[in-house]
Amino acid sequence: MNAHLSRREMIAGGGLVVLFALGPQATGQGGGVEGQANGEGEVAPGLPGSLGQHPVLDSWIRVAADGQVTVFTGKAELGQGIKTAIVQLAADELDIGLDRLTLVTADTHSSPDEGLTAGSHSMEDSGTAVANAAANVRHLLAEQTARLWDVPVASLSTRNGQVTDGNGRTLDYGAIAANLSLHVPARLDIPRKPIGARRLIGKHLPRIDIPAKLTGGTAYVHDMKLPGMLHARVVRGPAEGTQLIDPDVAAMAGLPGVDRVVSEGRFIALLGRREWPLVQALRILGQLEWERPGEPIPTGDRAAVVKGLSPRVEPILDRQDESGGEAVRWVAARYTRPWLMHGAIGPSCAVALLEDGIMTIWTHSQGVNPLRGAIAEMLGMPPERVRCVHVEGSGCYGHNGADDVAADAALAARAVPGRPVRMLWSREQEHGWEPLGPAQVVELRGGLDAVGRIIAWNHQVWSNTHVTRPSRAGDLIAAQELGRGFTPASPRSLPQPEGGGDRNSIPLYALANARVTKHFLQDMPLRVSAIRSLGAHMNVFAIESFMDELALATRSDPVAFRLRHMADMRARTVIERTADRFAWGRRTPGTLRGHGFAFARYKNLGAFCAIAMDVEVLRDSGRVVVHRAVASVDSGDIVNPDGIRNQIEGGILQSISWTGHEAVAYDERSRTSYDWSVYPILRFEDVPLSVEVDLVDRPGQPFLGTGEAAQGPAAAAYANAIAAATGRRLREMPLTDDAIRTRR
Amino acid sequence: MIELEVNGTSHRINVDPATPLLYVLRDDLDLHAAKFGCGLGQCGSCTVLVDDKPVFACITPIAALAGRMITTVEGLGTREAPGIVQQAFAEEQAAQCGYCIPGMMARAEALLRRTTSPSEAEMRAAMRPVLCRCGTHMRILRAVRRAAAMRGGGVTDAAEPVR
Repeated sequence: MNAHLSRREMIAGGGLVVLFALGPQATGQGGGVEGQANGEGEVAPGLPGSLGQHPVLDSWIRVAADGQVTVFTGKAELGQGIKTAIVQLAADELDIGLDRLTLVTADTHSSPDEGLTAGSHSMEDSGTAVANAAANVRHLLAEQTARLWDVPVASLSTRNGQVTDGNGRTLDYGAIAANLSLHVPARLDIPRKPIGARRLIGKHLPRIDIPAKLTGGTAYVHDMKLPGMLHARVVRGPAEGTQLIDPDVAAMAGLPGVDRVVSEGRFIALLGRREWPLVQALRILGQLEWERPGEPIPTGDRAAVVKGLSPRVEPILDRQDESGGEAVRWVAARYTRPWLMHGAIGPSCAVALLEDGIMTIWTHSQGVNPLRGAIAEMLGMPPERVRCVHVEGSGCYGHNGADDVAADAALAARAVPGRPVRMLWSREQEHGWEPLGPAQVVELRGGLDAVGRIIAWNHQVWSNTHVTRPSRAGDLIAAQELGRGFTPASPRSLPQPEGGGDRNSIPLYALANARVTKHFLQDMPLRVSAIRSLGAHMNVFAIESFMDELALATRSDPVAFRLRHMADMRARTVIERTADRFAWGRRTPGTLRGHGFAFARYKNLGAFCAIAMDVEVLRDSGRVVVHRAVASVDSGDIVNPDGIRNQIEGGILQSISWTGHEAVAYDERSRTSYDWSVYPILRFEDVPLSVEVDLVDRPGQPFLGTGEAAQGPAAAAYANAIAAATGRRLREMPLTDDAIRTRR
Repeated sequence: MIELEVNGTSHRINVDPATPLLYVLRDDLDLHAAKFGCGLGQCGSCTVLVDDKPVFACITPIAALAGRMITTVEGLGTREAPGIVQQAFAEEQAAQCGYCIPGMMARAEALLRRTTSPSEAEMRAAMRPVLCRCGTHMRILRAVRRAAAMRGGGVTDAAEPVR
């Protein structure tokens, strides 16, 4: 994998980077190929990252005659900083200044189809592809120059957008590119830059999207304003699963400020020139009668409800080795998680325009290509006449209302050709209709031998699907409302190695005897889909809580107990570094004060992350004060260190919010968490006093997805710290103040 | 007709006086920093300053604002000449998706206009009405501490030092 490292060659100083005499053994950087999230077939097996699906260089990089470079990625900026990381990679590998580079992100008509921006795959898939494509382009530019000057390519160097022979002769990339086709497949034999020659990779580069966000620039699809644009709102029942009873559509047209009502089947949209009257109209229509046509939602004991949703047994792991002997002690525990909401701060929004027979939709969907297919089917248009362009929205953390509102916008825009339509969901619609993160149950049983080693492990997880993203029209709410027979795809059980509800259900610990079973739940009484980290949040919460329960049963220190069962060196490194930095083992004085620890490698394929927390439980209220959280993370090759820190800090806080504060409320008819007052999330008073993130850099190693790495460890470290502080173990999320107070 | 003073400029607005300020800012004045989040005064992403105090623009009718001094994030500075709070947020890279950040900056500005030396608890209480879903809170707090220091004060018992 790192053959090029031993061949590294660079000229020190001046930023000159020499070209390489190529040999057959040199390879680009691999990584991220296993378990591709995008489901596209590989056409060029062996090429790293998304180059396997899109091997042709000019799908990634184009060099104009003036030397300006355009880089294309099929991934989308979600606030995770992917734009900045891709720009760093491309500019560094190409040896150009940032001012010469323009980045185009997910757009069905111009970027390579990289499927979804999900699963912490962006650096693994797209970062790897762009870096290697850029290395290829730099080399081809030099090869072309070598031919022109009739010199060996290895005698040439590149610097700041030029090829030079070191004797004063230079040629600008633009001039070379004018006679060079980049419509050629990437070559495996062209290496990345030597690590020592890097200028930008691994360095701090401020995020390129932040300045506009701090100054009121047009940063989000919500901010788009096109000439002649109409505002729009959609009219539906209060929550998914509900329908309005015989709404008087004709009367809606008479509401003040409503210029046009678009309706077909049960789909109803209000269009108007001003926004506020539409908001008022929607409030009036919120009084309309509604019903739930399907089965009532089962209520009552969470574990019983979840386990009763038509489980289908799927073996995940059956590892057997009887040589360890008999267990002398068994420990068993059951953990549960409620349905969780993505809860974007800005409700979902899209702008659509039907013009010259082309439907263009500006959307914050995580998958412009699958969305295009679904919307084209819904509209009965050929896919090539539908264009979906990603524009940032409010952070989504998975499959929220983004795709549905895009379909709503398209249906509304179809009725007013030539006029752009900005469709925005209300807060209540976002809370009521977004797909939820599924509720889950995990039951764990562990056998310990006489010296306190785990010799048997049984993990059972009950979960709905974690992906109902649009694969066809029927997956979109609007299409279902049309009454034209569009139905959703059957729920899919995502397979290992990445898994869905079973994501991270296989512990990374060295367990000779281990059995893992997924109970895939086929009934979906509440609409569900992907929320950040899928099953990893729940499985790691359970496994790492249980590791502490086992450590307690053997009177072992939780960190020592983990290390005793961990053979993976990179895992050990982040565990040890977190423990060192945190000063693990040194108790903070005070009653109701405790330390908690947890570890996971996301998907067992992505970043390694260990987290320690110091918490205090307030006696009267049960409130949890997180005094300090410390994380150590190994993401492989680091491109933007602060980007990784930002993701881990955010992941820790979001996971504290999920784990400690959140649960979707519902009754037999519908969800009842209609806004923030009935779905409270973390506010500043419950935010940790300090968070530190330590990074383990592995230059030259594959990128390891990081965006979701903290969700599981943070949840378990929080639970373990509360258990250490109070002496009582809480196994049902959320670990609320009330639960802590009454169980203490 | 209502006369609104926004970021030092006077505007004559001819819409229903019950219209919340947010829609006038975004749709009539092309000021996009303040965001729609809930329309209920629950999330704070629409926060702007009225006479140095933070208000939820999504539930404040313009009828109540004649003669008051309205400041949005656009009034704090520009990309080329950012204000202190904007500089501090940039320095701390205090954004992920960034949707809540204009509301956060408005809250921070209001706090620092009141006092440049708040306590940690005062700062957190001042920021409390704005929700962030990305979990950027640590950076937002760092940015407010930094801005307080840049204005000649500082958070008196800062939970994390300004680096």
